[in-house]
Amino acid sequence: MKNLILIAYLDLKESIRAKWFVVYSLVFGGLIALFFIAGVTESQVMGFSGLSRLLLMYIQITIVILPIFILITTVRSISGDRDNHILEYMLSFPISLKQYYWGKVIGRFITVYIPVVFAMIIAIVYGAFKGAIIPWSIFFLYTGLLFALSSAFLGIAFFVSSFVKSSEVALGIAFFIWIFLLAFIDIALISLMMQQRFNEELIILIAMLNPMEIFRVAAISLFDPELTVMGPVAFYILDSMSQSVFILVSIGYPLTIGLVFAFLGFKIFEKKDLV
Amino acid sequence: MIKVSQLTKKFGSHLSLDNVSCEFKKNESIALMGANGAGKTTLIRSILGYYHPNYGEVLINGLNPVKERVKVLESISFVPQLPPPIKLNLDELMQYISISAKVDKDLIMHYANEMKLDVKENLYKSFFKLSGGMKQKMLIAISLAKNSSIIIYDEPTANLDPKARDDFYRLLKQNEDEKILLFVTHRLEEVKDLVNRQIYMDLGKVVSDERL
Repeated sequence: MKNLILIAYLDLKESIRAKWFVVYSLVFGGLIALFFIAGVTESQVMGFSGLSRLLLMYIQITIVILPIFILITTVRSISGDRDNHILEYMLSFPISLKQYYWGKVIGRFITVYIPVVFAMIIAIVYGAFKGAIIPWSIFFLYTGLLFALSSAFLGIAFFVSSFVKSSEVALGIAFFIWIFLLAFIDIALISLMMQQRFNEELIILIAMLNPMEIFRVAAISLFDPELTVMGPVAFYILDSMSQSVFILVSIGYPLTIGLVFAFLGFKIFEKKDLV
Repeated sequence: MIKVSQLTKKFGSHLSLDNVSCEFKKNESIALMGANGAGKTTLIRSILGYYHPNYGEVLINGLNPVKERVKVLESISFVPQLPPPIKLNLDELMQYISISAKVDKDLIMHYANEMKLDVKENLYKSFFKLSGGMKQKMLIAISLAKNSSIIIYDEPTANLDPKARDDFYRLLKQNEDEKILLFVTHRLEEVKDLVNRQIYMDLGKVVSDERL
């Protein structure tokens, strides 16, 4: 346990000093600052205004950039250490592979999760200071959704990192996963739907297996509990489960994906040659 | 004691270790020699438990270094040929070592001082920002402070100036009793005063094993 905390702590310290972390924090903090400067809280679109509108915009942008940030920065954590012989030296000390791997996972999770939540906290504090009504339910839902989304992509990134041989390949795979989940699945499913080759319910189910898609739908579900903006898809989703169950699934499912992939990554890390 | 029995390790179709068997006992200082690609590093990494052998096994004091890595690594100090670009600062690196391997930080500082490396001056500097010689001195200081019964050095003096090499050999002389010292080297003359056994490897096999 002591070694696990030590690895997590040192990885966190190392990451915080890294240039990518500065850029990462500036992007999310900058987004919130930009929204305030642009007067998003004063605007009203589709009935949303104030902090709710700001958080909705924040989450819509986050869904695009958070996964790629997590994938690119994390996918090299183990493969990069293997590449430049850091792993060879650091693992020459009596530390178990379990402690090393999960310590890295915990350290990296804190590193990627804190800035995105902190940016939201800044928005809440600034909004409260300006006298805006604070949408606590949205804030807590988004905190949970971001936790789940970060877990999913962190788990996938560690999984990739555990088996790739070089950082370049790791980066290539990371980019492919991101673009595949962000766009290709949708495009493929839309084309299948247009050709009417498969049952529509099956196509929607496949879409909902994508953690980015489920995050997207859950993020708008608080604003639009009937999911009317989604058109007929809403019938399928809300027919299958109630809104509260859907929210629980939208947090629990990506979290499970993250844990399963991280665990698979650990098994590969343990079974493969270390250097 | 290190016991290597019929160890075979392949990387794809390349045979890196070919049925290697040898034993290293207490009070032995071994120079492990051979051309590039002879299998020296693979042998060392197998001893450290980094590789899963295709055939055969390595036992360190009767323990398998892959399955019992924590117990095995408690008794091994290792200095690689090229210091890795660790981003931790010296204070954090010493913290990692002192907690994971129960090494006294003051002892690391003592040996670093003996190697003419001022740790206090560079305490909050990233390890990878130190010069090649300073990094090597730090790794040597850590290996000595760990006080292990097995010390493995892969070309440890590659980055050291003549004065630092003398310091290193002097400290090793003081710390060699009851230990196994394993040097991977291309220059026997540098370690000839320290070693009492010479192993020569070629194409993944031990081709000569002489007591000096």
